[in-house]
Amino acid sequence: MSADNKPTKETANPAADGSELIRFDGVTKRFGSNVVLDHMDFTVSSGKHVTLIGPSGSGKTTILRLLMTLLKPDEGTIKVAGDYLTHEERNGKLVPAGEKHVREVRKKIGMVFQQFNLFPNMGVLRNITEAPVHVLGLPKEEAEQRARELLEMVGLTEHIDKYPSQLSGGQQQRVAIARALAMRPQVLLLDEVTSALDPELVAGVLDVLRDIAHTTDITMLCVTHEMNFARDISDDVLMFDSGRVIESGSPEKIFSEPEHERTREFLSAVR
Amino acid sequence: MNDWDWSNVDKFMPHFWDGLAVTLQALLLGSLIAFSLGLVWAIAQRSHVVWVRWPVTAVTEFIRNTPLLVQLFFLFYVVPEWGPEFSPLTTGIIGLGLHYSTYTAEVYRAGINGVPDGQWEAAIALNLPKRRTWTSVILPQAIRRVIPALGNYVVSMLKDSPMIAVIGAFEMLGEAQQYSNVTFTTEAITVVGVAFIVIAYPASLLIRLLERRLVR
Repeated sequence: MSADNKPTKETANPAADGSELIRFDGVTKRFGSNVVLDHMDFTVSSGKHVTLIGPSGSGKTTILRLLMTLLKPDEGTIKVAGDYLTHEERNGKLVPAGEKHVREVRKKIGMVFQQFNLFPNMGVLRNITEAPVHVLGLPKEEAEQRARELLEMVGLTEHIDKYPSQLSGGQQQRVAIARALAMRPQVLLLDEVTSALDPELVAGVLDVLRDIAHTTDITMLCVTHEMNFARDISDDVLMFDSGRVIESGSPEKIFSEPEHERTREFLSAVR
Repeated sequence: MNDWDWSNVDKFMPHFWDGLAVTLQALLLGSLIAFSLGLVWAIAQRSHVVWVRWPVTAVTEFIRNTPLLVQLFFLFYVVPEWGPEFSPLTTGIIGLGLHYSTYTAEVYRAGINGVPDGQWEAAIALNLPKRRTWTSVILPQAIRRVIPALGNYVVSMLKDSPMIAVIGAFEMLGEAQQYSNVTFTTEAITVVGVAFIVIAYPASLLIRLLERRLVR
């Protein structure tokens, strides 16, 4: 490691070297006759922050849900860090992935949901330590130490003994972020994480995410309607429409001089 | 009609305590069976394996749609022809527990379905194993919500418990009936009727209290 590496930098992603981390090849997803993703190809390099924008129903959230294995693609393959997520190779053939294989690849991915989805039957601390202890096999003390650090990072140290129902939406979402990071994923999926929040609570959550984006080398895939936030943290912005990426590029390009008429329409509508 | 005679109550009381012991045993052990077996049914009915799901659905539907009385006779007179033979009380407990397990299964099922999809999704996102997801995320939330409904079935079971007297497990009412038949008196039956209210009514109040505290 070089000496000029920031000492505070998180080591969640040991391979943030710009290599290809996520790859969609010809991924199609239909709900009934509705084609949500239409032969989608795209890649995300390690360490990048990619924002997916576009009208609702354009397939952005489906990308995240496919990556989190909450949905299965109808066609195509998805790779994470070189391993197939949806398939596995057996005797040189590509077959649908078994549970064990999926669990192994899924370890690299974490997700924060629009509705937080904290476990209401557990306190804040156990929400964060449950998976590190029971999935990664960390000793309880170590998991709790890590949880305390994460809670400090999201500014909720004093709420460690509370239950989710005793917290505001913004606080719950910050706990959910800490919970996802506790698993040290290489990729963090953010699915409209501020959409369910009261307006005055949005800034606190976005500040935490900005902080994570700027101080860690975790890869982020972010579906959001917060265009200023997207501009702040993104390396790349992908504009979706009708199950396809119609335009992509740096936030400066997409937000200042979009090429596509559809992008211009969308941006003027959300601003 | 005879006048009320306290001496009949006095003479009946030793039998009453015997009957009460049987009733409470049947209720407690029957509930334990109904609570645990019902959970097994509920989880099995969500299995992805059709050869688990289908037989469980068939058996529970069958039991739920036939009378408890018939099931008790079947367990006591038919099963021993080719299977194990148990005492009247044990048979009665199994019968009550089995019968009510098909109702508690529905209660659990509703409770499990009531846990938001987001909870399952969060468990997947955290890579929690299936078993751990059930035991630490889904069931604690589902069961908390259905405790009052389960409690209602305990009260129902209490009220159905006199049925086990037909196969010779003399609980409260069985004892009272036997006493009355021999003495041609009515006090014993009255005592038992009062006893049912004394047990069931506070239980119902407790359930209502739990409902207010647990179901939000």
